[in-house]
Amino acid sequence: MKREDISRKPLKLLGAKGEDEVARYLQAKGIKVIDRNWRIKGGELDLICEDHGVIVFVEVKTRTSNMYGTPFDAITPDKAFRLQRLALAWMAMHHRWGQDYRIDAAGVWMDGFGAIEIEHRKAVL
Amino acid sequence: MALARIRTLTLVGLEGHLVDIEVDIAEGLPSYTLLGLPDTALTESRDRVRSALVNSGFTWPNRRVIVSLSPAWLPKKGSNFDLPIAIALLVATGEITQESCDEIIFVGELGLDGSLRFVRGVLPTLLAATKEGITQSIIPRANKEEAALVRSIRSVSASSLSGAVHFLVTGEISDEPSVSDTEFFQETHLDLLDVVGQKSARFASEISAIGGHHILFIGPPGTGKTMLAERIPTILPPLSHERALEVSAIHSVAGILGERGALSPLPPFISPHHTTTSPAMVGGGSHVVRPGAVSLAHEGILFIDEAPECAPGVLDSLRQPLESGEVTISRASGSVTYPANFLLVLAANPCPCGKYSGRGRGCTCSSVQIRRYLQKLSGPLLDRIDIRTFVEAPTRTEMASENYGESSAQVRERVIQARAASAERFANDPWLLNSRIPPRELRGRFTAQRQAMSFLHSELDSERLSARGFHKVLRLAWSVADQKGHTIPTLDDAHVAYQLREGMEIL
Repeated sequence: MKREDISRKPLKLLGAKGEDEVARYLQAKGIKVIDRNWRIKGGELDLICEDHGVIVFVEVKTRTSNMYGTPFDAITPDKAFRLQRLALAWMAMHHRWGQDYRIDAAGVWMDGFGAIEIEHRKAVL
Repeated sequence: MALARIRTLTLVGLEGHLVDIEVDIAEGLPSYTLLGLPDTALTESRDRVRSALVNSGFTWPNRRVIVSLSPAWLPKKGSNFDLPIAIALLVATGEITQESCDEIIFVGELGLDGSLRFVRGVLPTLLAATKEGITQSIIPRANKEEAALVRSIRSVSASSLSGAVHFLVTGEISDEPSVSDTEFFQETHLDLLDVVGQKSARFASEISAIGGHHILFIGPPGTGKTMLAERIPTILPPLSHERALEVSAIHSVAGILGERGALSPLPPFISPHHTTTSPAMVGGGSHVVRPGAVSLAHEGILFIDEAPECAPGVLDSLRQPLESGEVTISRASGSVTYPANFLLVLAANPCPCGKYSGRGRGCTCSSVQIRRYLQKLSGPLLDRIDIRTFVEAPTRTEMASENYGESSAQVRERVIQARAASAERFANDPWLLNSRIPPRELRGRFTAQRQAMSFLHSELDSERLSARGFHKVLRLAWSVADQKGHTIPTLDDAHVAYQLREGMEIL
């Protein structure tokens, strides 16, 4: 049996749903989403937005409970370093070099009954 | 409120330094940064504090937490920062108001369940805090007895983090320490009555106690050298309140206050084994520099049995504390000074087999061995020992006698009187005991009666007494005079003093 077959699919769906929710939340706050799920060899950027001329990279973490730590706990120093590199790569490849940028984190809590809670922390790195 | 400041105190030796603990909770990913030269135990506080907070029913701030210990240059050690860090976090998260914690110092280690644990050195910490003008403290329940000794600080003891928080929020004290001195008075069961005979050794001990003269007992095994030494604390004057606090403070740093009643007026008796190492003797340790045997014996007795069996360097490491009354230990983390003003009592067998006394019957040692044995005690150390006395096996009549000799209380009474006399004499001088009279003064203000002086001078002329020995005998003569109630040493006193140095020929 391939690893893929077991049950990764629901998790992927959960993550994608969380990202949708955050995108909607940010748009409502006047932050424009300009790119999504940008993926290169080194990893993936969830949401790339623009907030008053500042490029904002948002890492979205979705959880159904805090049993294994909060969504923010999942952004380890190692992952933060990768985000930093990905952000610079995106800027270079989209000719945005030199523009101000920041990295935000968004935590999404979803229980099985449709209740959703979003916390957005700015400039976490 | 995302900023908080809590105060605590850290010890370098017995000296306290106020430490401000600042906590800032900032936006950002969950992280915990501890600044200000923490050691390993302190770095580990992160996990202890976190578990303790969560298990006490508080929430851990899932944000960027920065804890700064200032002054930043001072290396900070140990686990007694747990409680102040936890309280600072609770102030920063708004569980407690900043005002309720001002003017209070916090000391304590946290268990994972939020319980407050015993820490070393609470007594000296609080003593140092009084000097900084602090009036209130929160300390672990297990430390409440020693905290109660510092009367100028209102110490609230708590058995858990939530207990401490409860007090800060409501001002209610679940349990206030209320202990009286008498509870701590630890009576000893030792008494001079136990010692059979040994008239001259008893007398030597008394003179030693009066003038603070270091003493060496020489005698075969089983004659009572150790018994006598153990009983010297019982004939010393009881410690004053301040002195007892000082002694307890040192014992608190070493973490052995429980073995000795805090504030016990009985001078401490410390007897390191002859295999002890120099660091154990003078103090040491890589992280926290602990007081050694010399400091634990501060204001009391340091007794070394089988002194010639000690490693050569160990006895010589006593020379600095004997000279200055304190000991300075230098390590990578800094140097620390502990007081070490003790009365040195050494015991030795006369030869390796121990039987060379009286007629020397049964002694299997060669004459060279006998001569070398006591020479293991180095010259400079022996110079500092005023009294050398032989302890012979008690005779048959002494063993059978029902006349027990004097009790400790009787002797102590005389010692106290004699010390009062000498204290009066030295009222304007920096020293308090006869053994500390400087040589110059011995030849000037503190000479003996004329006949006594001419006796000592003739001994000097005939080379039976060295110049140094001359001064020692004169100091001893003053102690003998104090014991007999003479205002100035007489010829008799000088004779007695001369005899107290009788070990001279073999050394």
